Amino acid sequence: MGISHLAILGAHPEVEIVGVCDTSKMMIDAIEKYSGFPCFTDHIKMLDSAKPDAVFVAVPTKFHAKMVEELLRRDIHVFTEKPFCLNPEEGNLLVALAKQKNLINQVGYHNKFVGTFQEVKRIVDGGWLGEIYHFHGQAYGPVVVNPKQDTWRSKPEDGGGCLMDYASHVIDLINHIIAPVSGVKASMLKSIFSKDVDDAVYAMLELSNKVTGLLTVNWSDDTIRKMSTSITINAKKGKLVSDANELKVYFKDECPEGYTKGWNIKHVTDLTHEVAYYLRGEEYSAQIDYFIRAIHGKVPNNINHFESAWLTDRAISLIRKEYTLTNG
Amino acid sequence: MDRILFGDNQFFAVNHISDEKSMAQSIRFKDDAAIIKTLDYAIEAGVNTFMCTTHDRIANICQVIRDNPEKYRHFKIFPCMPYAHKYANAVTELGIAGTLKQYVPGNFVGSLFKGGVAFLSKDYMAIMELLIDAEMKMFKGLNTPVIFLQNVITDLLLGLKMTDVLVTFHDYVAKKYRAEAGFITMNLPLLLDVLEEAGIKNPIVCSSINKAGFRMSGGKALYKKTLETRKFRAIAMQVLAGGATSPKEAIEYVCGLPNIESILFGASSRNNINETVSLINQFDQKAIKITI
Repeated sequence: MGISHLAILGAHPEVEIVGVCDTSKMMIDAIEKYSGFPCFTDHIKMLDSAKPDAVFVAVPTKFHAKMVEELLRRDIHVFTEKPFCLNPEEGNLLVALAKQKNLINQVGYHNKFVGTFQEVKRIVDGGWLGEIYHFHGQAYGPVVVNPKQDTWRSKPEDGGGCLMDYASHVIDLINHIIAPVSGVKASMLKSIFSKDVDDAVYAMLELSNKVTGLLTVNWSDDTIRKMSTSITINAKKGKLVSDANELKVYFKDECPEGYTKGWNIKHVTDLTHEVAYYLRGEEYSAQIDYFIRAIHGKVPNNINHFESAWLTDRAISLIRKEYTLTNG
Repeated sequence: MDRILFGDNQFFAVNHISDEKSMAQSIRFKDDAAIIKTLDYAIEAGVNTFMCTTHDRIANICQVIRDNPEKYRHFKIFPCMPYAHKYANAVTELGIAGTLKQYVPGNFVGSLFKGGVAFLSKDYMAIMELLIDAEMKMFKGLNTPVIFLQNVITDLLLGLKMTDVLVTFHDYVAKKYRAEAGFITMNLPLLLDVLEEAGIKNPIVCSSINKAGFRMSGGKALYKKTLETRKFRAIAMQVLAGGATSPKEAIEYVCGLPNIESILFGASSRNNINETVSLINQFDQKAIKITI
């Protein structure tokens, strides 16, 4: 992921790249040779020498807590990839520290910058669906599709597994659109091809507003070309089904402007704000631009801040606890 | 380049509108015969260029074309490389070195001289040339006058400021394949700045151009100005984007823009192919009438 962040930042007119750090010598050599950015293989040396205003952390999750703490102590604004930390205990200190130091902090849950999901949030917040009584968050895709894979994502101690990776996106979306997960009624973590981590997550969740629903996530599904995330919301005045491309919503009675009673379909093509530079999806550029603008004080630091990502870490830990409790 | 180019997204479940449609397409085009049949519909409609990714299944399609030289005598293919998912999945599974080993022809780190030396000396350009050769293998013997770099790579290199790599691609396909290089991008104005500065004159650039303004980084107005004032050979893609725009309005918009050499579109059914082709012909004629 780091390479995409670098490209988006490289194209951003208000950003100067003062250092790139990676442990892969091959990667660093190529970047130094063809991009001309100053390169490092030790991040502390990079911080001492480059003295950045902000740092993007795109490393295996197990390094997040230590690295982010170091950055905050040095008064550096931080964007870190998801999930935030290995557990909510690690994240607690960072949430407090970022607040105390008044530093801009953001985590890469990019779905909040996807046009369709932004529209879902607007419809739900407007109360157009009435009282929600059920939801279903889902994600499928082809990450681990045979038994022979060995990266940090296959190691539990490094923050691997489908729950930490794919599922965190869906949980974060549920937290954001409806309410934060506060309890887990049942959970199943299934290994399909992996030896040591889960490849699928099935859970029954309860939110802080007492709404209950399901979470179904599987990263070993190679019938899907690339990750597909969706949310279904059943409510007393309507129903909504949305993925990143298409939003289908049914209004029983009243509806917001631009919609009619009954079924409506909206596409991401009509809900997407243009970005200055595009790579792999508007949302990736949009989230980075938001972070940069927050540093400049042009927007509030209120989307994907550490505190909201911490709520997702907490939900992950609740799902894991429930599974351990019932399965030993 | 022909005025109308036929794309391949629909064959490989690439759908920017709906995940459901994407699955339906994946079922519809499960067999290569279904792809060939649709290509034949396009040819019947007068479209003789197929712009396609270097997806594994395209190798089978190429074989059918080679086996029927008379039928596909006037048929051209514009390969677009790389099929990024193939490499992304391989990198997740095998790491960077493992991926190179898998896709570069011959025993990459061992006996193959160019590959081995390139790898050890970190001559990344030589590695890229080997990867281009690997991707081009499936098109052997076919007419491939333009070879494209996919937007995910073009735009990544653009952001990373790796202009030399873009130039190497451009020069290598000309030298080795006597083809013109094309660049697919979602960042047309930015890319033109960079290519021009690097001395690539009048480049072939394929980008999203549509009435809805979808994936036109920098905005519709800037794209219009770019088309009016910059020297390049434009291909418009994603011309039908935007659920709110009818096909008629969408094609009328694109045909009304200046200096678009070709229009790329993909469709699954005979009806949709015929409809789009006839709309383009219809609005092209109108545009000519206005300028006379």
